[in-house]
Amino acid sequence: MKSHYKRFMKTLFDKIWDAHVVSTVEGGPTQLYIDRHFCHEVTSPQAFNGLRARGLKVFRPEQTTLTADHNTPTINQDQPVKDPISKNQLDTFAKNAGEFNLPLYFPLGHIKNGVVHIIGPENGFTHPGATIVCGDSHTSTHGAFGAIAFGIGTSEVEMVLATQCVLQSRPKTMRITFNGKLSAGVTAKDLALYMISKLTTGGATGYFVEYAGEAIRNLSMEERMTVCNLSIEMGARGGLIAPDQTTFDYVNGREFAPKGEEWETKLAYWKTLKTDEGASFDKELVFDAADIQPMITYGTNPGMGMGITESIPTLDQVDEAGRISYQKSLEYMGFEAGEKLEGKSIDYVFLGSCTNGRIEDFRAFTAFVKGKKKADNVVAWLVPGSWMVEKQIREEGLYDILTEAGFALRQPGCSACLAMNDDKVPAGKYAVSTSNRNFEGRQGPGARTILAGPLVAAAAAISGKITDPRN
Amino acid sequence: MEKFIKLTSSVVPLPIENVDTDQIIPARFLKATNKDGFGDNLFADWRYNKDGSPKADFVLNNPTFSGSILVAGKNFGSGSSREHAAWAIDGYGFKVVVSSFFADIFQNNALNNGVLPVVVSVEFLAEVFANVNADPKATLTIDLENQTVTNNVSGKSETFVINSYKKECLLNGLDDIDYLLSKKVQIEAYEATRIK
Repeated sequence: MKSHYKRFMKTLFDKIWDAHVVSTVEGGPTQLYIDRHFCHEVTSPQAFNGLRARGLKVFRPEQTTLTADHNTPTINQDQPVKDPISKNQLDTFAKNAGEFNLPLYFPLGHIKNGVVHIIGPENGFTHPGATIVCGDSHTSTHGAFGAIAFGIGTSEVEMVLATQCVLQSRPKTMRITFNGKLSAGVTAKDLALYMISKLTTGGATGYFVEYAGEAIRNLSMEERMTVCNLSIEMGARGGLIAPDQTTFDYVNGREFAPKGEEWETKLAYWKTLKTDEGASFDKELVFDAADIQPMITYGTNPGMGMGITESIPTLDQVDEAGRISYQKSLEYMGFEAGEKLEGKSIDYVFLGSCTNGRIEDFRAFTAFVKGKKKADNVVAWLVPGSWMVEKQIREEGLYDILTEAGFALRQPGCSACLAMNDDKVPAGKYAVSTSNRNFEGRQGPGARTILAGPLVAAAAAISGKITDPRN
Repeated sequence: MEKFIKLTSSVVPLPIENVDTDQIIPARFLKATNKDGFGDNLFADWRYNKDGSPKADFVLNNPTFSGSILVAGKNFGSGSSREHAAWAIDGYGFKVVVSSFFADIFQNNALNNGVLPVVVSVEFLAEVFANVNADPKATLTIDLENQTVTNNVSGKSETFVINSYKKECLLNGLDDIDYLLSKKVQIEAYEATRIK
């Protein structure tokens, strides 16, 4: 039983949630106020239609940020979009932004345009202590700043547009602690894939996760975003990390970050945003960061991951009820149970997405390929997460190094992560991808995705094979 | 939204675990700007060959199985938050999805479209799969008022969980936005006091 004292102790999640409750529906969900809403072209048109049908306006236009990213080409963005259905979706997005007087609309080609979960933090829209939603499951990314951020459906997008609120059941809380330090050559993506492989793809369903421990504290903001981004891949409603000096330094000075006196007031509040000592979680898990090696996935959900030197689990290592699904998955991938994947030939490499499309990912990839040459058998798609990332790639000289090594740079967007545009991996081909989902057909019908971090992707691009970047 | 009260139907079995929303409706079908027609592409890559012809071994193409209840393996609806998945299931004609476990966002999306996700025990689910394999005409009864799901072959019944607010919404065909719009005064009062 919790002590009287303990009842007043709150987790970080509790503090932010409680500060945003407008009302509680009897026997039902919480009416939660939303500070920042992000919106993209694919999951919003039906919500705007709903507003029109009811004769409603957008309630708080300045609290919605809009960017086109999911269904956009990554070449020739200055020219009209060729696919007429995609063009119609993008035109509809522009029309909706205009008709509903939404000032923060960043269309294709705008310097602030890019993948929604990259441009949000980059422009200072993402703040500690905030509630953030978007019609996209990887909204969990913004939790890296100590925010409650989660993906919603289109009906809920309509609710936010109309009332700046959603109705949500309060999730349970989980803390995942990573003690110790990550080894050299092991990235935040590896940490996340390791964790998901331990929890499975549904292991955190119903929970909101707080990440803690030395290995998490030592991560940069970009790396924290990678970890929080992948929270949804184990089913979590979201994941967050208590804000600290690393967070404040990242936010300070960005265009839409608080300024002057407002900054000081907010900073003082943000510094209180941590889990109280003695506060209890519904579930606690502890891992040792030193146990993690570079990771790859071998199956068709992100929970099917292993260390790059390991072998695919054999059938008897899998739950009986799950064996049909497991076999179906390996069959799709063209892999055998018990097999090692190191040294296998691959066809495509994708660097990008809201998981690994930030400047640090490009720095890591470039540092690895510097002075080497891309393998001839590999098609490499390097897609910056935003125009600001693209600009940095050029300014920091990464572009020249990449070109020298035989790589080309594409234009920003979600690209091959979900392959809504032309960036589709052909059926049967293997792609080492820094994105977030290896579902059947995710990168194109019949495409076979091996999820990995930017260093494993770089090593594969150079050798043309699945390669341990530490060697 | 249509009202949901009680339903008895034969079922369509899909004994696959972790069915993600990319399988329910692949991303290339998300280019539409309205909610119509997604049912035709429900499970498109499992259901159709490249040339658009039906794959004979997929359950939706097997005339033996029909009904307005989809029964699926655990962790149904994981992955992407696309509500198009709920529109596709609804558009195809399913009113209920039964599984031992659902992904969070899908569950909300389904409820917001009048599709009822019913969580049953692992044993109950296994028995339904066995019964429907033996007799494709086997039926389930879903009674929302009493929150029960009954296997009409074995006679076994379980209660399922749904919060009383959502239950009222489904029984009366109301949606969340009606509720939220009625709270405008409280929202403005909250805004006046919040830590900005």
